[in-house]
Parts: sequence; structure tokens; C-alpha cells
Amino acid sequence: MNIAVLSGKGGTGKTFISVNLSEVAGNSTYIDCDVEEPNGHLFFKPTNITRNSIYVNIPEVDNNICTGCKKCVGFCKFNALAYTNKVLVFEDVCHSCGGCSIICPANAITEKKKEIGIVEKGISNNVSVISGIMNIGEVSGVPIIKESLKYIDNNNYNIIDCPPGSSCIVMDSIKDADYCILVAEPTIFGSHNLNMVYDLVKLFNKPHGVVLNKYTDKNNPIEEFCNEKNINILEKIYFDKSIGNLNSNGEIVSRVNDKYKELFSSLLEKVTKEVWHAEITNP
Amino acid sequence: MKIAMPVSEKSIDSYINNTFGRANYFLIYDTESESSVFIDNTAAASQGGAGISAAQILVDQNIDSLITPRCGKNSAEVFENSNIKLYRSIAGAIKENIELLKEGKLNELTEIHAGFHGVGRNNNRGRGRR
Repeated sequence: MNIAVLSGKGGTGKTFISVNLSEVAGNSTYIDCDVEEPNGHLFFKPTNITRNSIYVNIPEVDNNICTGCKKCVGFCKFNALAYTNKVLVFEDVCHSCGGCSIICPANAITEKKKEIGIVEKGISNNVSVISGIMNIGEVSGVPIIKESLKYIDNNNYNIIDCPPGSSCIVMDSIKDADYCILVAEPTIFGSHNLNMVYDLVKLFNKPHGVVLNKYTDKNNPIEEFCNEKNINILEKIYFDKSIGNLNSNGEIVSRVNDKYKELFSSLLEKVTKEVWHAEITNP
Repeated sequence: MKIAMPVSEKSIDSYINNTFGRANYFLIYDTESESSVFIDNTAAASQGGAGISAAQILVDQNIDSLITPRCGKNSAEVFENSNIKLYRSIAGAIKENIELLKEGKLNELTEIHAGFHGVGRNNNRGRGRR
């Protein structure tokens, strides 16, 4: 069962929720798709690390063969190529579509590999910890996310810790999800951010529910928002300084605190039931 | 000598545009014939890489110099490979800039920025944009 955890902005508690869900699930796979700043491994401190480099293809032009017809320049929808007295390739702009090498009438363009990051695999107790890590300065983490999601184990729980926001990398992260947990803070700003990811999971037709993190009993615009839109609130996690302390020491809250172990077990159970229910009503 | 400038209006009495890659038009001024031609900047609407594409348009026009207030690093690379000289415009009219260039009073543009549209490196893009 694949559970994606996402939110409209950073800092709401995606990693907190994901790490703890993986922990209480026991035999599970935790996949950190926040490839720009993966931090789940700081909590799991996995061992037996193996690393895979992730490459994309970038055009390489043999200027001795190139006839200067500029067909590749005209073809590239991303404007990654220019022709002066030779073809210039702007690697940062290239989307690795490979079209230029196909369209070149002189066969002057081949593709070379460029490393954009790595996928790290390790183990922490019974949790397989997968972290996609993009090289600093790279533009798109999508290829790293696709590779990270290959570690999904269909016999167990897979918790997918998504990047913040609702852009392409998030869409790629939730593609295989059976359920989406939307994490939000109980503020007006939180409602705005929740709305973004809510629109996204609706678009993808994914079963979903909300976890209200850093909850207080004061006025809660986000609770009103959920009620208004009829969004299922799965759990309210009250603002608690002791969580902050444990988190900032890199500890997994549900490993050391029974109350939260229970809370996350119950959250996992609710989500599991929701997925079964969705499978029965929508096979 | 053919000089190009990014402009927002098709008029020689107009002003230089304050950006390069996404200007509406380019003016190409020939100092020998004193003729001016305006061409559309088809790169202006590009999602990304507008500077590269705009520079390509001007390279294809065989210009010798470009007068512009600023230029991104990708377009600058295209110009450098084409031996096209970049001059920093002064705030003001197109005509004034042409005269100053003729008199050798415009400075070369040496500060190249990292790009505005999320395609260059080191430009402090926010998280999660693509």
C-alpha cells in the first residue's frame, strides 16, 4: 500500500508524519522524494547504505560532422540549443527529450550521460530508507524521483515523503499513491496551501484526508475550510514542544513516546481502512 | 556596422527596452546606410530559454554589436561565440545610444547576470518550482 504525504508548503510536518508512519508500520519502505532537501534519513540514520547514481541524457554535437543546418535549434522547444559557428548546448535548459539527436540529418548529435544525483538505500530497524538526493544546482528532480519510486515494495507499506508544493515533482511523487495524506497547519496561510494540494489530489482522483499538525484549540480557519469543502480530517496533532525537542534532536517521536506511537498507529489504521474502502467501492 | 537593440515599440524615436530576451522587438541599425529595421522577437513568449533564442535571432541577422541595459549569461555565451560585442545602454532614447556608440562613448557590458527565469544556475530559485 502506497501512502503519499504532501503539503502546499514546506515546514508543515510532512517528514514528521512520514517518518513516524513508516516507523509504526514495521516492515515498510520510507521513500524521501523531497530530492532538493531530503531529511528523513536524519531521523532513521540508516545503515548498510548503497548508492545509485542517476543520469540524464544531454546532447553531444560532433562539430566536424555538423553541417550548420540549425534544424536542431529550431526543433528544441526549450531553447537549449543555439548555433553560432558551432552548436552550443545549454545543459541546464535541456529537458533530455532526445529530439535533437533524432532530427539531425547529418547524425552529428549523440547523447552523453550527465549525473544529476543519487538514490541512497539503507535500513533502520525494519524500515527500508530510500532517499533521492539531487546534486546542488540541478534544475529538475523528476528522474531521481522516478528512480526512487522503483523501490516500492508491493507486499508492504510504502510511505512517500513528497516535496512541498504542487508542481511536476509532486505529481510524479503521488502518481503511484493509493492514498494521499495532506498535512496542514491550522492558519489562514495553511488553508491557502492546503487548497493547492487539495486541488491536485482531486485532479489525480486520489483518496485523501488531512492531518492538522501543530493544532491548537484557538480559532482554526483550516478546520472551517475542511468542513466547508467536506474534506476528511484524519487526525489533529496538538502543538507540543516535546515533539519539537525530539525532532530537533533527530529522534523518531513514536520510537520513544508511547502516546505518539498510538496516535500514528491509529492514523495508519484509518488510512488503511480508507484504502480498502476505496478499493471495494471503486475497484 | 550593424547594431541591435531591444525595444518595446517599433519607432526610432522610442526608448531601449529594459530587458533583452523578452523585449517585443529588436531594432537593427546599420551605421553605413543609416537604415533601421525592426524585427519581431519571437523568443519573447518562450516558456524558458528566451535569452538563448533571442540571441540566436540576432546572430542570424549578422549583427556586430548589441546595446542593452543587461544580458543573461546564456545569451552572453551565444554572443561571445559569435564575436558580437555587448554595450551597456544609458537610460534614454534609441537615437542617443546610437550616437554615443558611434562616438565610442558607450561602455562595454561586462556584468552578466545569472538569468531571471529559472534556467540559469546560482540564481537562488525558490523550492519546488518545476
